[in-house]
Amino acid sequence: MRLRRSMLFVPGNAPAMLRDAHIYGPDSVMFDLEDAVSPREKDAARHLVFRALKDYDYAGVERIVRINGLDSPYGLEDVQAVVAGGADAIRLPKTDSPEDVLAVEKAVEAAERRFGRPSGSVGLIAAIESARGILSAREIASSSPRLVAIAIGAEDFVTDMHTTRSADGVELLAARGMLVMAARAAGIMAIDTVFTGVDDEEGFLREARLAKQLGFDGKSVIHPSQIALLLSVYSPSEAELVKARRVIAAAADAEAKGSGVVSLDGKMIDKPIVERARRVLALAGEDQP
Amino acid sequence: MIVNAVGRAVPAPEGGSAGVFSRASERAGSKVYDSLERALDAVGVESGMTVSFHHHFREGDLVVNAVVDALARRGVRDLVLAPSSLTTAHAPLIDRVKDGTIRSIRTSGLRGPLADAISAGLMDEPVLIHSHGGRARAIDSGEIKVDMAFLGVPACDERGNANGTAGRSACGSLGYAMVDARNAAKVVLLTEEILPYPLGPASIRQDQVDAIVRVDSVGDPAGIGKGATRMTRDPRELLIASSAARAIRAAGVVREGYSLQTGSGGASLAVVRFLREAMLELGVKASFALGGITSQLVRLHEEGLVGALLDTQSFDLDAARSLAANPGHREIDASYYANPARKGCAVDALDVVVLSAMEVDLDLNVNVITGSDGVIRGASGGHCDTAAGAALTVVVTPLIRGRIPSILDRVTTVVTPGESVDLLVTDRGIAVNPRRPELRETLEKAGLPIREVAWLKRLAESYTGAPRPVEFDDRIVGLVEYRDGTIIDAIRRPRASAL
Repeated sequence: MRLRRSMLFVPGNAPAMLRDAHIYGPDSVMFDLEDAVSPREKDAARHLVFRALKDYDYAGVERIVRINGLDSPYGLEDVQAVVAGGADAIRLPKTDSPEDVLAVEKAVEAAERRFGRPSGSVGLIAAIESARGILSAREIASSSPRLVAIAIGAEDFVTDMHTTRSADGVELLAARGMLVMAARAAGIMAIDTVFTGVDDEEGFLREARLAKQLGFDGKSVIHPSQIALLLSVYSPSEAELVKARRVIAAAADAEAKGSGVVSLDGKMIDKPIVERARRVLALAGEDQP
Repeated sequence: MIVNAVGRAVPAPEGGSAGVFSRASERAGSKVYDSLERALDAVGVESGMTVSFHHHFREGDLVVNAVVDALARRGVRDLVLAPSSLTTAHAPLIDRVKDGTIRSIRTSGLRGPLADAISAGLMDEPVLIHSHGGRARAIDSGEIKVDMAFLGVPACDERGNANGTAGRSACGSLGYAMVDARNAAKVVLLTEEILPYPLGPASIRQDQVDAIVRVDSVGDPAGIGKGATRMTRDPRELLIASSAARAIRAAGVVREGYSLQTGSGGASLAVVRFLREAMLELGVKASFALGGITSQLVRLHEEGLVGALLDTQSFDLDAARSLAANPGHREIDASYYANPARKGCAVDALDVVVLSAMEVDLDLNVNVITGSDGVIRGASGGHCDTAAGAALTVVVTPLIRGRIPSILDRVTTVVTPGESVDLLVTDRGIAVNPRRPELRETLEKAGLPIREVAWLKRLAESYTGAPRPVEFDDRIVGLVEYRDGTIIDAIRRPRASAL
């Protein structure tokens, strides 16, 4: 199971950062061609990202590229460069409807054919950043088999909602809840928004813990120092791990005996508990075959 | 027998003086002069003498230029300049070399326009680069005979007791200056303030000082030191620092009573933060931290995590304040710190040192003096002293700086021999000296990313390509001395086309 606890934003016009993004240990790197790059640098950044994808070894870290919208003069060229370069997935900005996803899907399919990549090899992540998008989250999440995750982009969303971001995130609560539910219903991942206070460790941890508790699988980050913090939030404690291992062992034991009932310490273990235990082990890197 | 001045019959001494026994002979005249000129009149200066200075005012130093200019105005020529280090503040010395005032320079560090000019062939005699311990050795042993030490101090009393913690230009430790004060034939203090006698503690003592000059300013406070050395925010430096701390911990060094030193540079200074976390987690304390003292080390000391701070050089104003306030924060001179020729020095008691590098080669030799263009722009400092002394020597460097790989087949200049380096920690993996197979095994078992140096070099070059070597001509512009006084390398002049 691929984890996406941390997704590190890297400006597409910063060569040294493109070269080194993965050394800080994120689960995914996300090269940004959209908001981080000014219009006059769009072509140069696209070329840099293409070369980085082609030439650099990211040691198995997932390589995602945030493209410009297809309604911009850059979006289509972005798709082609990114597919040709070999990206694992494309992140769509400002997704308001399933049609936005389908349009990119079509462009990606064409690019896969053109550049000889297997059909369906490029994943999609839809970032939802408006009230309209949130209300369509369920349809967006199930609009394409290529979707591996949906994400919330908070800055644009709160602006759309005529509000601002606060420390406790109350203005995002409904949107986060709807986004996670839509992701779960479609069987894909949910990624939380960035936290811009790079020096505010406490604030970041508070927000990351909230997102995890809501069910998010991970969070976008803008600074490498936030990666270790996310790891600490998502890593199971030693006690959780011990418990999970015992649950899985009991489940395996029951299966071997052909028994439908799993029991541990004289108590019956429900299926959801086994399911949660599997996820705990996955987060600790102890994947079950 | 003779009858002496107080009318007693005593055996006749050699030379036969009957003695004076009056107060007049004991009370010397005032040492305080109202100008540098008068002080120079009093101590007597001549061409060809060796003059020394310290670099405790770092980039803010105003003393060296002022004294050399004053000597030049008197027509003094052929000086041997023996400061503990030179910085960008000393660009005006170029003219004093050109006009013949300075004949020769020996220093630990050299940066800025003066370094550029020397690299390009300014001087007839090569500059001699020594380590802090090597300089203390040379001066203590008389190999460098200092005729006159001109020592800037923030404050002293009228008899010459001085320290670096009083006064508005407080710089903290005077560790380098103490060696000069002890050994120079003549000592002239340049002070901003004269405080009531007796000023204590006396880093430089009244019995060492010949003359005192009050000056308006010994240094520019902005260049002397900031309030607190800022912890780096650079993610790459933090990554390297945290890897280094993990390796140090895995090597078993972080135990009760261990000792540490971190060199200058963002990554090596940042190791302190991660070692602090490790110490708290393991519940152990260090016995001492050595060398250049920063606000981070002061914090660990005040938290009780480090027993003593042995300070040859205070890196920031927090450290200077702590030296005055904390009894466990002790000023030590450069000889106590690192002199290899005496009966003991603190670097030999170090369990671990973390050092920066400009270049490292396949044999783990380290260059901290010349840039990748072959031009002098660094300092030997305590690099080779601590590397030789510490039980575990860790060198930290990013794999690539800008577009230039840090790992080469051969470094441009060897300052510290690879034999004394145990670990090379980069942002792409850790290399272990092949002489330490047991250490490699320990670190591999701990899950650290151990690589061959050659592998790291290939990785760097996969991004940058192999750099074309800098071309040099035959002119030797500098000699690098190892701590024991042997010449470990020669610095040649880069070909003009390369500059």
